[in-house]
Amino acid sequence: MISAGIDVGAKNVKVVLLRDGEVVSRSFETIGLNTQAAIDGAFAAALRQIGAGRGEISKITATGAGRKEVKFADGELTEVGASAKGVHHLFSSACTAIDVGAEEGRAIKVDEKGKVLDFAVNEKCAAGAGAFTEAMARALEVGVEKMGELSLKSRTAVPMNAQCAVFAESEVVSLIHAKTPKEDIARAVHDAIADRIVSMARRIGIEKDVVVVGGLAKNAGFIDSIKRTLATDVLVPQYPEYAAALGAALHAATPTGGQ
Amino acid sequence: MITYKTEPLKCWNKAKEIRKKFYEDYANAHAKGGIRWAGGAWSIGSIPAGLGPDVYPLTSEPYAASIAFDKPFSEECMAAVEKAGYARDLCSYMRNYWGSVILDRYAFGGKFPVPDFIWQDHICCSHAKWYQVVRDLEKKDIPYFCLDVAAGPYDKLTENKLNYLVGQLHDAIGWMEKVTGRKYDDELLIEAVNDECRSTSVWAEVCALNRAVPAPLDEKTMYALYVLGTLKKHSKEVADFYEELRDEVKDRVSRGIAAVAHERCRVMTDTQPPWGFLKIFRYMETYGCISVGSLYTFALIGAWEDKPDGTWGPRTTPLQKGIRIETRDQALRVSADWNLAKPEWQHFYHPRYKTDMMVRIAKEWKLNGVMLHYNRGCEGLTLGIAENRLGIVGAGFPVVTFEGNMGDEREFDEARTLARIDTFMEGLGLAKIS
Ligand code: SF4
Repeated sequence: MISAGIDVGAKNVKVVLLRDGEVVSRSFETIGLNTQAAIDGAFAAALRQIGAGRGEISKITATGAGRKEVKFADGELTEVGASAKGVHHLFSSACTAIDVGAEEGRAIKVDEKGKVLDFAVNEKCAAGAGAFTEAMARALEVGVEKMGELSLKSRTAVPMNAQCAVFAESEVVSLIHAKTPKEDIARAVHDAIADRIVSMARRIGIEKDVVVVGGLAKNAGFIDSIKRTLATDVLVPQYPEYAAALGAALHAATPTGGQ
Repeated sequence: MITYKTEPLKCWNKAKEIRKKFYEDYANAHAKGGIRWAGGAWSIGSIPAGLGPDVYPLTSEPYAASIAFDKPFSEECMAAVEKAGYARDLCSYMRNYWGSVILDRYAFGGKFPVPDFIWQDHICCSHAKWYQVVRDLEKKDIPYFCLDVAAGPYDKLTENKLNYLVGQLHDAIGWMEKVTGRKYDDELLIEAVNDECRSTSVWAEVCALNRAVPAPLDEKTMYALYVLGTLKKHSKEVADFYEELRDEVKDRVSRGIAAVAHERCRVMTDTQPPWGFLKIFRYMETYGCISVGSLYTFALIGAWEDKPDGTWGPRTTPLQKGIRIETRDQALRVSADWNLAKPEWQHFYHPRYKTDMMVRIAKEWKLNGVMLHYNRGCEGLTLGIAENRLGIVGAGFPVVTFEGNMGDEREFDEARTLARIDTFMEGLGLAKIS
């Protein structure tokens, strides 16, 4: 039996296929102007990887801010619910999940069964999400994928006071003009996001183990900042950006099958 | 799934008529030789009632909420206030009200009717400034009396503190006689004090009936009912109406009549809702979730006390205790004591008071969760709300928060709020009822 989880985020579509509880396929597509095309494309790519046809998928659960766009889904799960499910499956010791995507950061408290006990979401400002790193990478004129590696080279902490992505950009420009090394600025950017995310997570109470997922979890510089801000180690799965899609696929595989 | 029987409220239209008449009476007071006063919904309305039966109030917060409900008018009010140089983060009720004054448009038609005097109290900082600005905007020296009601929390009330308020009430009566040229009638005062105690106690009784499963009233409906107490709680008309409502709600409970046919989850909210988006309550109902009320709807005007069995119940009125008010001083003492005990005034002194009351409601009204409105429009009632959240979570109740503004729709994100509700409902194990 193959079940599918489709996570339609603000920027990307992620698909996970599960066969008898094991992940057999992952696919990813950036949403351009046509969400529907991205959904179809990502789903088709996931099927192609295992040479399966649509008819072989027993149930599909959609999640993410754009989940309603998955017209062919059998059921849906909120981002918080899907993320919690995925994280619990990956690390059964998880008590706190921090999920930072392109436009949203969330902190989720889960019980030993993966049930959501409490959650907090940063939804008003990009300064607590992945889009912030992208904007700052542009200001620094480095590729976003280089930001993590760059910030790990930093030896000096530079404070960034801005509470908003727009003002932060002008702060970054001032730091560039002040000849602050790029690696220190990159670290300052990650520290600023980590500060926001951790203070949001503190609202629900942080308990170990802490698992960090979402696209930004692939950024080693951000993970380093999170660890320093939390003063604790965190767990990061191998494919952090697929955690919610995995949760959705697990949901689809339950006896109620995605409903 | 259980399906309960539902019925519309019989006294619904009457509530609407009373509200409509209230705003018309104020506007038309002068044509009938009457007097208009303006002040907060918490102003002790029984005091000006002694000036005669033709003295009509306009209470500022419910008036401003009516504007908020009318989104295009509210937008115009906000724009006018911002153009006049007032900050966008002030109390949004106050801004709606000021906008209506600046535009010289009464929400119920015609020009804004200028009050003959202002009768205000200071519990929240915005209260202190509200009418000072109104006087400036009207460019008129409107007589203004303000009570300082900051006598501390009721559980620490002393005779001295009570006297502090009673003394001001005595002064106020002399002042009212002077500014209106009318002779004060103590009989009317006594009647109004008794009616205020009766209406606020009976409203609490109505809310207490909502402990029943299924709940006979939903909070969206309650908003249209409690508002009468914010308009004229000292009037016989409102006290009588609440008794009629109480009898009807009792009857609904005895027959198992529900507000929401598929009730299977009970929550409470907190503070004023985003008035332009009351449809969120109907959205919750798609999950079988009902808001049975809040500290706000129960106790903004409701008078409560601890009952011998440990539950929270309607406060016993002086008349129910066999106390007959005979003199002005006695009436003022009863009124001061009654008002200082108002539950919604207690947390101005410490969030602990509010947390305790909210946890109590959550337990006694058999709630499954709590939805807190981080209301940017009201510093008074939102102050300490994040601490309340911690207390409620600590007591074992799931809590969801959403940001918004009771009177400024620009600060409410409908889609995000609905998404939060979805997440919260999912966490409570609920799916939409198809
Ligand atoms: S801030 Fe809140 S409590 Fe204060 S006057 Fe405005 S509505 Fe009333």
